[in-house]
Amino acid sequence: MLSALIALPALGALAVGLLPRGKDQLAKPIALAISVAVAVYAIVLAFGYDTTSAERFQLTETYWWIESFGVHWALGLDGVSLTLVLLSVILVPLVLLASWTPADRYGGASTDDVPERSAKGYFALILFMEAMMIGVFAATDVFLFYVFFEAILIPVYFLVGRYGGPQRSYAAVKFLLYSLFGGLLMLAAVIGLYVVGGRNSFLLSDLTGLDIDPATAKWLFLGFFIAFAIKAPMVPVHTWLPDTAGQAPAGALVLIVGVLDKIGTYGMIRFCLELFPGASRWATPVVITFAVISIIYGAVLAIGQVDLKRLIAYTSISHFGFIVLGIFAMTTAAQSGAMLYMVNHGFSTGALFLVVGFLISRQGSARIDAFGGVQKVAPLLAGTFLVAGLSGLALPGLSSFVSEFLVLVGTFSRYQVAAIIATFGIVLAAIYILWVYQRVAGGPSLVDFPDLSKRELAAIGPILAIIVALGFFPQPILKVINPSVERTLTVVEQNDPQPTVAEAPTSPGVRP
Amino acid sequence: METHLVAATGLQAYAWLLIALPLAGAAILLLGGRATDKWGHYLATALSGGAFVLGFLMFWQMLGYPGEERARSVHLYQFIKTGSVDVDMGLLLDQLSISFVLLITFVGTLIHVYSIGYMAEDANRRKFFAYLNLFVASMLLLVLADNYLGLFVGWEGVGLASYLLIGFWQHKPTAAVAAKKAFVVNRVGDMGLAIAMMLMFATFGTVSYTGVFGLVENPAVSEGVMTALGLLLLLGACGKSAQLPLQSWLLDAMEGPTPVSALIHAATMVTAGVYLIVRSGVIFEASPTAQLVVAIVGAVTLLAGAIIGCAKDDIKKALAGSTMSQIGYMVLAAGLGPVGYVVAIGHLITHGFFKAGMFLGAGSVMHATEDDVNMRRYGALRKLLPITFGTFFLGYLAIIGVPPFAGFFTKEGIIEAAWDQNVVLGVCAIAGAAITAFYMSRLMFMTFFGEKRWDPDVHPHESPAVMTVPLVILAVGSAGMGAFLMLGGRFESFLEPVTRTPHAEHHLITLNGVVTLVLVAVGVAIAWVKYGARPVPQTAPQGSALTTFARKDLYGDALNESLFMRPGQWLTRLAVFFDNRGVDGLVNGLAALIGGTSGRVRRLQTGYVRSYALSMFLGAGLLVAALLVVRI
Amino acid sequence: MSHYLILSALLFSIGAVGVLIRRNAIVVFMCVELMLNATNLAFVSFSKMHGNLDGQVIAFFVMVVAAAEVVVGLAIIMTIFRSRRSSSVDDASLLKY
Repeated sequence: MLSALIALPALGALAVGLLPRGKDQLAKPIALAISVAVAVYAIVLAFGYDTTSAERFQLTETYWWIESFGVHWALGLDGVSLTLVLLSVILVPLVLLASWTPADRYGGASTDDVPERSAKGYFALILFMEAMMIGVFAATDVFLFYVFFEAILIPVYFLVGRYGGPQRSYAAVKFLLYSLFGGLLMLAAVIGLYVVGGRNSFLLSDLTGLDIDPATAKWLFLGFFIAFAIKAPMVPVHTWLPDTAGQAPAGALVLIVGVLDKIGTYGMIRFCLELFPGASRWATPVVITFAVISIIYGAVLAIGQVDLKRLIAYTSISHFGFIVLGIFAMTTAAQSGAMLYMVNHGFSTGALFLVVGFLISRQGSARIDAFGGVQKVAPLLAGTFLVAGLSGLALPGLSSFVSEFLVLVGTFSRYQVAAIIATFGIVLAAIYILWVYQRVAGGPSLVDFPDLSKRELAAIGPILAIIVALGFFPQPILKVINPSVERTLTVVEQNDPQPTVAEAPTSPGVRP
Repeated sequence: METHLVAATGLQAYAWLLIALPLAGAAILLLGGRATDKWGHYLATALSGGAFVLGFLMFWQMLGYPGEERARSVHLYQFIKTGSVDVDMGLLLDQLSISFVLLITFVGTLIHVYSIGYMAEDANRRKFFAYLNLFVASMLLLVLADNYLGLFVGWEGVGLASYLLIGFWQHKPTAAVAAKKAFVVNRVGDMGLAIAMMLMFATFGTVSYTGVFGLVENPAVSEGVMTALGLLLLLGACGKSAQLPLQSWLLDAMEGPTPVSALIHAATMVTAGVYLIVRSGVIFEASPTAQLVVAIVGAVTLLAGAIIGCAKDDIKKALAGSTMSQIGYMVLAAGLGPVGYVVAIGHLITHGFFKAGMFLGAGSVMHATEDDVNMRRYGALRKLLPITFGTFFLGYLAIIGVPPFAGFFTKEGIIEAAWDQNVVLGVCAIAGAAITAFYMSRLMFMTFFGEKRWDPDVHPHESPAVMTVPLVILAVGSAGMGAFLMLGGRFESFLEPVTRTPHAEHHLITLNGVVTLVLVAVGVAIAWVKYGARPVPQTAPQGSALTTFARKDLYGDALNESLFMRPGQWLTRLAVFFDNRGVDGLVNGLAALIGGTSGRVRRLQTGYVRSYALSMFLGAGLLVAALLVVRI
Repeated sequence: MSHYLILSALLFSIGAVGVLIRRNAIVVFMCVELMLNATNLAFVSFSKMHGNLDGQVIAFFVMVVAAAEVVVGLAIIMTIFRSRRSSSVDDASLLKY
């Protein structure tokens, strides 16, 4: 029951939000319990998912919502959305755990005068956000997707605007305006698609495979694509992310960058590619160019940052470049790499933001030069920072590597130049991660603060464990993703380029 | 080549234990925290030793099979399967990989033992051993993997371990910078390896050794592709093995603790590039161009490293220059094709022994002189450190190639093979041998002979047994390993199924050999005249232009700095400026424009009812007019 | 019949000009009433012209609305007068930018 999965955190948010004033201490365990329940429920549902099924969506439910407009309350999961829902529900309890103290929840950087803001508001907003995130990934009705797509802006706006740093209102408004602009274009495209479809239905199944006039399809594609490119974000519509990252609390950023931005890349697969295959092929050269620019440009900018959270935001822009590159290279390897990357990036960036949040809440500054020698005073904290960072630079054995490698391999077979330029990103990644680690953790100790507490360890530990596990055993996720990839590529009518020489039919080595 | 691999049976089927043992050690020590402080180093050493015992038993089992059937595969699990990309994690036990396994675990275990003594005072000894174990595990994965992706995982794993260990004393800014530099420069090489794998997928659809090598000779594959593949692999090898143009990190890597320099930056990790080239021999043989480039890179590096080694006063950096140079020999040999493979690997193994021995000896000297690395403040240590001196001396004889010590056999083999193929390469190799004799003798004389130059309050003393025993064992290897491997072509016939080396008559005494030995003697003599017979000044003299050139690492760092670092910093700053002012400026400018316009427009809202009424009337009038116009 | 319409247009114009140029709120108000009634006249005339009663019905509606409007409007004017001691519409210009 996916509706229950959405309702549970939504009702939880309501319950936490309606707690009487001054019951902040009660709000935290309640919210945590609810998010854990959601995670457990989602994982139980995921076990019911059948990777061999021929059905495209599973766990489906469809009810009329606004019958006269053809709007359904339609939910269902395929491989991509299932993994993203799991990513969300696993991250939320950890984020809540990492947001326990007022300093954790403050997006600015000051240990002395952290503004007193209600904890229950924060926890309620995160739970509400979780409900919307599950909804956006589970929706199989374009209109319903749009509703969730816009509704998720509400909690984020308040999280940034109320709990952010000194420039929070600037950041919150910028985020909102950017998103609304994209949302508006998408709304126009949604309505256009509905009209073109002419079946009085917004159901995805009724809108795929339409015979749309190519020119119209291109306009509709652009409407969707620009909205998703802003969300993802891609160069040149990326500037909201660093500003939001600079102001928002680290916990919220885990969800904003780790999950929320995935809506953009998820939307590209689900809507741009599947609804407008022709237009997607038409746009591919431009999109790939921008993706490669994002990879290099984001990485170069990350090197030049002086603020920890902004730095991670720029690394994400670089990583989103990889994801978009994989999606639009339209080969099996690249696309499954991109889908896997969405999950892996959620975990590795989530881990980075959590650790950076721990650092900032201790030192009262997000500036890199305020740190130094952390390794000496807080070895555990430095160690987690290093592992999270190494995952960010896609070290083999950690999860991001498999996805990045698949994207590059898949892209190379069709767009060699793009793949080779993108490969420079791995050198730049080593520079931006190791340089910041060197400045924060290396050298003589400039800081004096305690090492990770048990609570913080409980928040970061599971993510790191997942990162290592998926680094060596990505197959369980790939198995879920593969059918979706195959389907998408069938829709866009792209076959994998064959290797120059095929392997001889003999199997490589004898398997016991 | 080996297209039909037999699945490993018996003990060999558990080859994954080789990797799992040290990996488990690393995990226990890192996750166990301070609870393992007391016994962690013993556990790590035991696990590394266990891996050696296992490796040796597997080697024994391998010897039981006939030559052609010694390559066995162990399938572990399906790593990645999506669409056309299908990579299995598997291990390949053949003569080449088992040689490496034995070298890595044997030398590795000795260095573990040595480190128990060397790092006894360090508060973070547990972490040090965890990283060492991590290194051993990654290195074993590197050599055991049966496909390039598995190799790459190990490849970056050893890079990580090297990063952690170079930067082990993070509180020293120089160490932190050196660690980062090593990793980044290695990443440039890794980029080559990564692109090579992409090209393999695009060309062959697989990255398994059997798959790729089986298809290389397919006529559909152009030589251009093979050349590209070879050069990309060479780029990877250059990064890891500190060959030109990616050599600059190795000298800085000496910031790490000395056992690390011995294990990683002398005996094992830096030779991974040679392993890669020999393992991919089939690819290089398909492209003479790539092969020639390999040989040239090796020849140039062997001279460059030797020249750097001549000018360094830091004992570890002098040895690092020597390492570069010796690996240059191996790469040169590997670039000669099947003829060179055996001597390349042979030299790699003997070098692993004598260079590790000498690094550990240097560590012992540093231990004795309160961590001084400047040879100008050593002198006359042979009497105070007899065991260190004795073992170091054996290593010294081995590296300069005095018969019958190890280096003689392998280096002579390389020189001979190079001479046969290309006179220029041969001359380079012989010149390198002469310079090697010079700088090693210089190091020897400055450290152990002459007058004492250390501070009066330093009291040199011999290291404890836990450190000297590994030195002795390595010294025995330095002395005898070459003869053991090379005499009678024992190693050659062992490796033959992998390297396909054609049998040739080897003469112990050749013209080249004699010339080389004479030149070596000349090198030793010059060093004696300059550093043995005369007192060594405590501060380095000005020196000639060549000395300055060598002291500055042949301007490698300066070149990198002016070519990449400075423009890079500049570009970064420009990009940040562009993003803040340009891209974001556009966005904020648009917002300001809209804000400004609305600020103007709102002035129309005067608050006078009359003006509103007027605009209403005008609007209504316009509307009526428009309706009329449309009607007409 | 066009005479009625012309008269209606004239009355409407007088009302409109009055609204625009007079400052006294009461007079402005009366001018608005004048405009409303001018339209009523037009409605009734058209109703007669086309033999359709809709126009007359609308006229009644307008009257009702006008009555309601007078009630609200006069109340507002009274309040403003009380607080500002003036019935000039230009004095009540607080609702601006």
